[in-house]
Amino acid sequence: MGQDVNIADVSMRFGDFYAARDINVHIEAGEFFSFLGPSGCGKTTLLRLVSGFMDPTKGQIKIGGKDMIGIGSNNRPTAMIFQNLALFPLMTVTQNIGFGLEVRGVPKAERIKKVEELIELVDLRGAGNRKVSELSGGQMQRVAIARALAVSPAVLLLDEPLSALDLKLRHHMRAELRNIQRRTGVTFIYITHDQTEALTMSDRVGVMSIGKLEQVAEPDVVYNNPATAFVASFVGETNRFQGTISGIDGEYAVLNTASGSFSCKNPQHLSQGEEATIFIRPETVFMAEESTASNLLTCGIHNLSFEGAYAVVTIKNEQGQLLTMRLNNDGTAPRVKAGDNVKVTFNRENAFVLKNGDSTSA
Amino acid sequence: MRDFWKNAIRDLGKIGVAYILITVGVWMVFMILIPQLIMLNYSFKPMLALRDIGGPKDVWTLKNYIVFFTNKLHMAIFFKTIWSSIIVTSVALAICYPIAFYLAKVARGATVGLVMLGLVIPYWINELLRLFAWQIILADSGIMNQLLIFLGIIADPINFRAGNGAVVLGMTYAYILFMVFPIYNVMESLDRNQLDAARDLGASWLRIHRKIVIPYAKPGIAVGCTMTFMLAAGTVAAPQLLGSPSSFWFTQVINTNFECANWNQGAAYATLLMLLCIIFMFIMLKIFKVGLKELTQ
Repeated sequence: MGQDVNIADVSMRFGDFYAARDINVHIEAGEFFSFLGPSGCGKTTLLRLVSGFMDPTKGQIKIGGKDMIGIGSNNRPTAMIFQNLALFPLMTVTQNIGFGLEVRGVPKAERIKKVEELIELVDLRGAGNRKVSELSGGQMQRVAIARALAVSPAVLLLDEPLSALDLKLRHHMRAELRNIQRRTGVTFIYITHDQTEALTMSDRVGVMSIGKLEQVAEPDVVYNNPATAFVASFVGETNRFQGTISGIDGEYAVLNTASGSFSCKNPQHLSQGEEATIFIRPETVFMAEESTASNLLTCGIHNLSFEGAYAVVTIKNEQGQLLTMRLNNDGTAPRVKAGDNVKVTFNRENAFVLKNGDSTSA
Repeated sequence: MRDFWKNAIRDLGKIGVAYILITVGVWMVFMILIPQLIMLNYSFKPMLALRDIGGPKDVWTLKNYIVFFTNKLHMAIFFKTIWSSIIVTSVALAICYPIAFYLAKVARGATVGLVMLGLVIPYWINELLRLFAWQIILADSGIMNQLLIFLGIIADPINFRAGNGAVVLGMTYAYILFMVFPIYNVMESLDRNQLDAARDLGASWLRIHRKIVIPYAKPGIAVGCTMTFMLAAGTVAAPQLLGSPSSFWFTQVINTNFECANWNQGAAYATLLMLLCIIFMFIMLKIFKVGLKELTQ
């Protein structure tokens, strides 16, 4: 069964560079937790700190309540799945999966039984005696999962293991991973730069910018209520306008921008006069029915790409800024074509203003 | 086969193909085939005075080989050479494996270059001079004895060159590079993640080496051992300069034969030594379960 992981005040410095800075997060036992961030944000470093390949410069890592500092990776209740899988090329599938059991001195009969169970679990029947080099990408993936699960880890660490697979297989393996996680109850810590992967699989997501943990929350919360400008721009698509806050109305704020004044949510409780950016998701922008609506933008349709269930429409406002909107193909949206002039709007509940960060653009 | 030549001519042009064929051909014929055949021919002929060559006494014979099997001393020296060369090879392997691993998987950046330089620098000096250096170090009043006396470990100087020790030491030193580089080359391509993965799965360092690193480095180890063994068995300088009568090397016997103008006997002994080295190579391949093809990679 899974154990909880507590990362407290953890910093990791390489020379002058902080790969991780003051990271605080508590990952529940049996949780599927993802660290999401651009490459180089320090998420792999964090994973290696949990696995014990190195110790942090500062801070504490506890697994199942036990302090892990100074304990090597071979003595931690974790198992890691590497980005390149790191299967042992000279061994068969069975030998790969059984490696962890063998080095732990598990008797042969028991070992064979356990390996068979795992081969069953990851759906690799009949491949036991094959060399790993003879396997397909998806099969190698399964061997890596089985090899890591063989040592009955309390925490499974996954370092972008799906990145080498083609799209279709990746979709399939996502569901598979989620499934295995539910069946085994092991705590999964998943590292990825792919937001869809993080959002679809995880119970909670930790979004990282360079060395910093920006937000930890459920996937829908991260998407709908991003805590910082970095999270808002990194997760999902957004339309953005920079401006100055000109008025406060309870939970809402009015932002003055070059493209007009917009009313939206003010989750950070910014006050009047602060420089900020408004974020509007493409799927919340819609055609205005009357020209008196608030949050109105007058635009020309720049480009239209029909995707079936929806159409992605690029529009250009009078200031020349491009925006994206997503029109659902549910019969309600009027037919438009490139060159048309339209008025679009959005509800103030669906947009939010956030303080300009150091790394707003992701 | 036709396609092979067609493709070669298409890729390299007629001149290119001719150039490769001629250079390889010249090298094979003049550097390998002819010298070996001359030696082989010598070894099956009796030693004759100049006027008898081409005469009735100039016949093929196994006499030179039979001499070896009837000469107890030469046989003893032959087996002693094998044994000592195996010791040199083993000691070199024991020293070089950690060095190669350190260079390939532990050290990073400038350290690698520095250690490499350290390994290569002695080779800027001629082998003979290096052996002379060892002679000086191991002499009765040499640095080694002075150091041991100074440290109070011994009272009187040791004659290092009395036994086999000095020869084995000198050779191990001389051939370290030939052991380090083949192993290093193979180890370098080993994915570091595999070491981490094995460690992560609970393996001790000893087991990681036994299960992951050594199996992977096998071709390199086989090459290193073969080269070191051949160099050790085939050298004449080290035993000559560092040896004593009790550490007589088989190459010295061959050398003496040639110097005493019994080229035929010398050629037969040289052939035996060559056979030994070939056999050793195949034993190595067998032990490490490496194919000839992998060996040359």
